[in-house]
Amino acid sequence: MNNLVYLIPFFPLLGFLINGLFRKSLNKPLIGIIGSGSILASFVVSLLLFFQVKSNGALPVQPLFSFIDVESFKIAFAFQVDQLSSLFLLIITGIGFLIHLYSTSYMHDEPAEHFGRYFAYLNLFVFSMLLLVLGANYVIMFIGWEGVGLCSYLLIGFWFKNNNYNYAAKKAFVMNRIGDLGFLLAVFWILAKLGTVEYYEVFAQTAKLSNADIFGITILLFIGATGKSAQIPLYTWLPDAMAGPTPVSALIHAATMVTAGIYMIARSNILYTMAPVTQVIIAVIGLATAVFAATIALKQNDIKKVLAYSTVSQLGYMFLGLGVGAYTGAVFHVMTHAFFKALLFLGAGSVIHAMGGEQDIRKMGGLAKKMPQTNWTFLVACFAIAGVPPLSGFFSKDEILAAAFEKNSLLYYIGVAGALMTAFYMFRLYAMTFLGQFRGTHEQEHHLHESPAAMTIPLIVLAILAAVGGLIGIPEAILPNAHKLEAFLEPVFEQSTRYVHEAHTVSHSTELMLMGVVTVIIIGVIVAAWRKFSKYQYSDAEETGLGKVLENKWYVDEIYDAVIVNPLLKLAGFLKNVVEKSGIDGIVNGVGRFVGYSARQLRLLQSGQVGNYILFMVLSLVVLFLVFWNETIISEFLKKIF
Amino acid sequence: MIPVLLILIPIVAGLVSFFLKNEKAAKGWSVIASLVTLAVSLAGVYEQNAAALHADAAWLPTLGSRFTLHLDGMAKMLTLLTGISMPLVVVSTIKNDYRNAGNFYGLLLWLQAGLMGVFVSADCLLFYFFWELALIPAYFLCSGWGGEKRIPVTFKFFVYTFLGSLLMLVGILFLYFKTPDHSFAIASFYKLNLTPAEQSFGFWLFFIAFAIKMPVFPFHTWQPDTYEQSPTAVTMLLSGVMVKMGLYGVIRWILPVFPAAVVRFDHIVIILCVIGILYASLIAIKQDDIKRLVAYSSIAHIGLMCAAIFSSQQVGMQGVMVQMFNHGVNVIGLWIVVDAIEQNQGTRKFSELGGLAQKAPGLAILFVIMAFANIALPLTNAFVGEFMMFNGLFRYNGWMAGIAGISIILAAVYTLGMVQKIFYGNTVAATENAVDSDFSVKLMLAILVVVIVVLGVYPQPMLQLTNDTVHSVLTKIHSF
Repeated sequence: MNNLVYLIPFFPLLGFLINGLFRKSLNKPLIGIIGSGSILASFVVSLLLFFQVKSNGALPVQPLFSFIDVESFKIAFAFQVDQLSSLFLLIITGIGFLIHLYSTSYMHDEPAEHFGRYFAYLNLFVFSMLLLVLGANYVIMFIGWEGVGLCSYLLIGFWFKNNNYNYAAKKAFVMNRIGDLGFLLAVFWILAKLGTVEYYEVFAQTAKLSNADIFGITILLFIGATGKSAQIPLYTWLPDAMAGPTPVSALIHAATMVTAGIYMIARSNILYTMAPVTQVIIAVIGLATAVFAATIALKQNDIKKVLAYSTVSQLGYMFLGLGVGAYTGAVFHVMTHAFFKALLFLGAGSVIHAMGGEQDIRKMGGLAKKMPQTNWTFLVACFAIAGVPPLSGFFSKDEILAAAFEKNSLLYYIGVAGALMTAFYMFRLYAMTFLGQFRGTHEQEHHLHESPAAMTIPLIVLAILAAVGGLIGIPEAILPNAHKLEAFLEPVFEQSTRYVHEAHTVSHSTELMLMGVVTVIIIGVIVAAWRKFSKYQYSDAEETGLGKVLENKWYVDEIYDAVIVNPLLKLAGFLKNVVEKSGIDGIVNGVGRFVGYSARQLRLLQSGQVGNYILFMVLSLVVLFLVFWNETIISEFLKKIF
Repeated sequence: MIPVLLILIPIVAGLVSFFLKNEKAAKGWSVIASLVTLAVSLAGVYEQNAAALHADAAWLPTLGSRFTLHLDGMAKMLTLLTGISMPLVVVSTIKNDYRNAGNFYGLLLWLQAGLMGVFVSADCLLFYFFWELALIPAYFLCSGWGGEKRIPVTFKFFVYTFLGSLLMLVGILFLYFKTPDHSFAIASFYKLNLTPAEQSFGFWLFFIAFAIKMPVFPFHTWQPDTYEQSPTAVTMLLSGVMVKMGLYGVIRWILPVFPAAVVRFDHIVIILCVIGILYASLIAIKQDDIKRLVAYSSIAHIGLMCAAIFSSQQVGMQGVMVQMFNHGVNVIGLWIVVDAIEQNQGTRKFSELGGLAQKAPGLAILFVIMAFANIALPLTNAFVGEFMMFNGLFRYNGWMAGIAGISIILAAVYTLGMVQKIFYGNTVAATENAVDSDFSVKLMLAILVVVIVVLGVYPQPMLQLTNDTVHSVLTKIHSF
């Protein structure tokens, strides 16, 4: 049974190879079947293993082969399925399959060759993501980590004729690489101190690490996470990544890849529990990102950009959870967020599909009548993300906020403010898209239609999950011993729990009261947004004041360009044109002229008398040999010199 | 016997080639010869019998120099690289026209012979002899078949490397007179008991020669010019194999002979290397010519290898070993694409290229894989080497590794920029009527992709190959 672990990444790899190599000879239905089928097969195996883990606990580490093995330096290519990874396996392959299925219809207008390329990339992505969570050590995680970055790059720039998309793809890869450097340095640090990167061995030897070591390692790993999971200061690539096809945004830039940073920290939870300073930093950055991105989402008009900033913001909440030690809560939110955000993106894709590529919500409106399935599923997702009970987002967000309240009530209040903005921008988005009057062209109106079943079935499945998925994590305050997820994940976080051994300080009644108050306010915000934006009339009047700043994303890209990118390019130009050309090479050429041979040598070469060249060489060798015969004389001479 | 064959086959084959007046015959002949050499180098890798890996004959008895050749792990790996490179270079450029093809391929084969000789010599004078033997054909190839500015560029190349050679020669003589039995044998050099002052003196003589060859900042300015002006087939051998002569020299001669000086000066060298890594990476971002971009990228990569050598850590040194091989095949792969583009589109300027992926999808995919190997993506061969080298550097000094690590970000910037400017976007005048590249080009690139992935997923055999060399070199250093 344990041997099945290999099959999970094997199927997507096989799908990648078949679709990649034979994309020119396969037809589209077959490509779609291979692409989606391989993920479905992985999902089935993941499900089997999940139940295995659920009943018997974590599976033993499965070594495949020795990746690097030189004396003191050993890195195994090994897989590990425990509670945490088995949960991620289900999310990746389950949602992955739905999105593959959706893509068979969404990408149907692509020519067969590009259709095959798309599915090859998508399968390669799933393969890499599976490596990331299956790896039994940090190096395998890193392999998957950069692998998903590659696929993200390839898929953002999928339509490579458009150079804006290519810039977005490159930006995503480079910003991720900044984080990756942090990750790499952390791995080096762990290796230098402990001589191993295997999770089991590292976590068992934390006592050997000084506080400085733990602080350094955790901060560097977290830098890696800010890249991949789009946190301040490295988040700016994610909104641009919306250039990719919409199902890609759903899979990679919402449900799976961007949660890799949360997985990494949850995996290393004991290190973080032992590094309280790092935890504070994570909580602050996570919360700051959550609120900051939410403010930007308030004023975006591109349906995918709203969702992108919303993703950045929700990821921020997850980091807030990690920072306050609510590891289960963070993983819980990863799961529920995967449901409702994948649903929102797929719904947005359905809308974009129907609107003939239009993404500006100012030019939509009233789609509810024409697209009933898309409409109700989208609405479910909006309620879920806004945190309306008993939908999934309510439970996971509440768990994070409750843990934040225990640490510091200020974190909680700011977090709630962000949650209110979330409700507002989501229902602004919903109302402007689905309610009121249609504001597009007649042609678009005529073309409006509900999407085919291959697209609506994933929407319906995800809508059900987004609605009820939260019930596996009902808080103690509402129903004792009903937090199934916490019980399931307990072994993963056990070491941290023992390390902290803090009792809950907030009473259940306080928690219930806060929950109730926040829920009432959120519903109020929803009603307000609903009423305001269902009456929206098209206007392209420019925003002013703060609205303009928000619409322009606080000008962060412009600031980065001015402060980092442009000075660096100027420096590069200065090095190239001044230092290299006039400086170093100038000195070299000067020396060359000083030697004085240049003029003559040039003439000899130009006149084609290469013989002189050889003559010179031979002569020098002859001199060399003469020198040796008079060895004694020379050795006397050399002795005088040295 | 094997090391003798490795030198002899290309020398004889080269000699024959000079008499071939027919272009096709010269090309066919050099393909056959290079494949035979490749087979011999492969045999060397798998040969277990120590006698077959060793050769010894009288050469210049009065001087105390013998014709001693030896294949240890590092030599096996580098002769294999030299053996693989040649057929890749010849086949991928087989459609190119070279006037006096017989002479061109003859010199190319001699260049290969010189490289082989450098890697297998176990006698310092012999080493010097082959070192020069490798340079001479390189000069003639660049000056005879190079680009417009070849004359001043070749001259700079010549003066630079000749200067290095002279310094090394002084160093060799210096050591020679220190040996009690007046011998050039490597064993005698290794047994030398030099005072710290003598070590320092000898160290710098050798190091500057090797630093020019690699090249290490600030001795690098000959390289982009030479790569740009040389015919691409020659550039491939220069950057794929010849620069390894410098790294090889450091490991073979400097580390074991001057261990105290290495420990004393390692920080200076490593700082130079780290400066060079960032400096070359930044300049690469600003290049408009593909050849110059690849040249600066290569300088950055070599700088990391040199830094890893001087960090004197086992893991780093092993990383250097695999990376010497990996960098060799990867950079040859990049040059193959550069040449295919130059031949078909008639330009190497980014500003005149674009949208090629639409016209040449096969070439685009192969090049993208090459590009990601160039930035050491995991599961490509370069990741293994870079990961281990950075590890070694980190153990030497965490800050150095962190600063040098910035280059992995910059490498992504210039490499992906290159991919985008050549292949993505809309077609332009030069690429409007482009076609996918020839079968021979794609075949060679496909072979390289297989090598890149296989060595990236399963590097263990390659790591084991060079275990012995690393072990013996580091034992020397760590006794200080």
